[in-house]
Amino acid sequence: MTRTTELPTGGLLRFATAGSVDDGKSTLVGRLLHDSKSVLADQLEAVERASAGRGQEAPDLALLTDGLRAEREQGITIDVAYRYFATPRRRFILADTPGHVQYTRNMVTGASTADLTVILVDARHGVVEQTRRHAAIAALLRVPQVVLAVNKMDLVGYREPVFATIVAEFTAYAAELGIPAVTAIPISALAGDNVVEPSAVMDWYGGSTVLEHLETVPVGQGPAHRRARLPVQYVIRPRTAAHPDYRGYAGQVAAGAFRVGEPVTVLPSGRTTRISAIDLLGRRVAVAGAGQSVTVLLEDDIDVSRGDLIVPTADAPPTTQEIEATVCHVADEALTVGHRVLLKHGTRTVKAIVEDIPSRLTLDDLTLHPHSGRLVANDIGRVRIRTAEPLPVDSYADSRRTGSFILIDPGDGTTLTAGMVGASFADPGPADGAADPAEDAGWDF
Amino acid sequence: MTTATTATTATAPPTATPTTAETGSTDDPGARTHADVLEAEAVHIIREVAGEFERPVILFSGGKDSVVLLHLALKAFAPAPVPFALLHVDTGHNFPEVLAYRDRVVAAHGLRLHVASVQDYLDRGVLKERADGTRNPLQTLPLTDRIRSEGFDAVFGGARRDEEKARAKERVFSLRDRFSQWDPRRQRPELWQLYNGRHAPGEHVRVFPLSDWTELDVWEYVAREGIELPEIYFAHEREVFRRSGMWLPVGDWGGPEEGERVEKRRVRYRTVGDMSCTGAVDSEAVTLDQVIAEISASRLSERGATRADDKLSEASMEDRKREGYF
Repeated sequence: MTRTTELPTGGLLRFATAGSVDDGKSTLVGRLLHDSKSVLADQLEAVERASAGRGQEAPDLALLTDGLRAEREQGITIDVAYRYFATPRRRFILADTPGHVQYTRNMVTGASTADLTVILVDARHGVVEQTRRHAAIAALLRVPQVVLAVNKMDLVGYREPVFATIVAEFTAYAAELGIPAVTAIPISALAGDNVVEPSAVMDWYGGSTVLEHLETVPVGQGPAHRRARLPVQYVIRPRTAAHPDYRGYAGQVAAGAFRVGEPVTVLPSGRTTRISAIDLLGRRVAVAGAGQSVTVLLEDDIDVSRGDLIVPTADAPPTTQEIEATVCHVADEALTVGHRVLLKHGTRTVKAIVEDIPSRLTLDDLTLHPHSGRLVANDIGRVRIRTAEPLPVDSYADSRRTGSFILIDPGDGTTLTAGMVGASFADPGPADGAADPAEDAGWDF
Repeated sequence: MTTATTATTATAPPTATPTTAETGSTDDPGARTHADVLEAEAVHIIREVAGEFERPVILFSGGKDSVVLLHLALKAFAPAPVPFALLHVDTGHNFPEVLAYRDRVVAAHGLRLHVASVQDYLDRGVLKERADGTRNPLQTLPLTDRIRSEGFDAVFGGARRDEEKARAKERVFSLRDRFSQWDPRRQRPELWQLYNGRHAPGEHVRVFPLSDWTELDVWEYVAREGIELPEIYFAHEREVFRRSGMWLPVGDWGGPEEGERVEKRRVRYRTVGDMSCTGAVDSEAVTLDQVIAEISASRLSERGATRADDKLSEASMEDRKREGYF
């Protein structure tokens, strides 16, 4: 691992990789780790030993990341793996996600916390169904930055027109999805072109290498300007001689900032008071910002418990028992209309019922199937959910943290569905609400 | 600068006191160090467990990762006490310095300590000593038995994803069946920061708040917070001998065998575990800064340098985790 005792100034970048099987994703990740000197001697020796044991001539860098028995046996990536590396400029957490269709849910897992996603394309095949699926997921999850890495340029003679055609097709599709900007980089993960070192053979390309781009891309500095939200995780009441009256509400600030003295409202009860103090893990502070785990003390002794949401009185969201959202179904068991589930939003888990599944999306061509009634594993669709108690939900477009939820099977606790509140490109909207019934013939499950 | 010898406050978090910080603070909510980010997330995870589970416990070995985990728990609930007990799996071959440290920490914070003893299982004939003398694989049964008998429903571990390839695949909340087994193919997707702690009776969840930390992150945090560690993490003279390319400590666990030559060397440890399989590294580092400098220059990973049992096979960690080990 590249060790640096001085903290890099560029902060932390969380990114995810996505690509079809055999696009060379594991090789890209291996190359990134290897060429940035993030692989230690004993780890490399293990890879060399394993590669030699299978009769391979060169060390197979993909073995650096495929960690499970089944993955090595089948030569594919089954599950998300997290990698950690650092350069003098920045630290990175990489969610290395599988490309197989049946593991789309794992890509959703990786993308849900990513600041950036690298979508890999094989230069020989261009934009394929999986590419569109990956772009659509990045758009749905609102990953702030998208990189298109056109790999295997060595196999197309490093020709610029091949790259340009793929970029044009992908960019047009991304624009349709509402992805604001795409950074495209021609690479060869196997040969090392434009991954860490600039390519010596693609002088027509004047942009950054993959690593340079990752090191310099601006990272969203916590949306401090956004509406402040504090989901209460736990009530801290020492009841000790030293702290007989201490009563603090612990939680991680989901968005925005809170200040001492600020009038706040506790939802869903709607009671109002003011913040009297903020403890930042042992230090009294005047302001707490997004991402910080804090304990807030209130002026009045009102009823607050786990699951409540503290918000600025001036900027309180409405509470609702009707939630419309775009969801990705992640469980093997189907989600159907009438399904009774648990819904976890922030720190609150409530009973809920799936009232309607108005549409299901085909990612390949972005067509909507109206009134599908059910969603199976890896499906993306719209749902309408009624909750047993009112919830203060934001739109996912405003806040990934308070605009997201998961559905849970109340029987065995399985995570069923990832939900994003509000409109998205998967939303049929009032205009396309009545989709062409002829499409029904195309249902394929 | 914090040194091993001057850091005497055992994992004591600073207590919040109403001071003058409210006046004209220039705290910028956006300005946070990498350590601040990792700390805030770990605390969030620890508090989620406190909010969702009936009977959590912290697996505590006295190793640096579990020491940091305990420190984070102390900060997460301050000024209230930590609402969890500790569980130590004692292999019977532990370093005496580590056991002394463990007992000091427990006393200092008024914690409750459960000890699951491998020796006890050997004495009762439930487990048999292995030919190679290592007791690491023998820990699984006492651990899982104790989890069941005490009814622990969430078990915190200090494991990090950067340690090993199988660990890199594990979720922060890792569901275990009633036999404590891990099935990597049936992991729950973990979305946003919405950790799902639901489980059926008899199942439990292993929780890893340090998942996103690297070895260096842990050391830098130890330095920043002035956390005391067991002395064996710093360079000291010790009688050791060479086995499988590692310096193992002389002790009544069974080393050395015939033909293994004992030497006195200046060493320190990068991990704390069973004496039979935890190797020492040559070192001159007696302060945290020196340890950090040595680690930064090392070309060996933590486990590669010091763990004999991980070399057993390419998938030894995965296999042990499937059986219920961390």
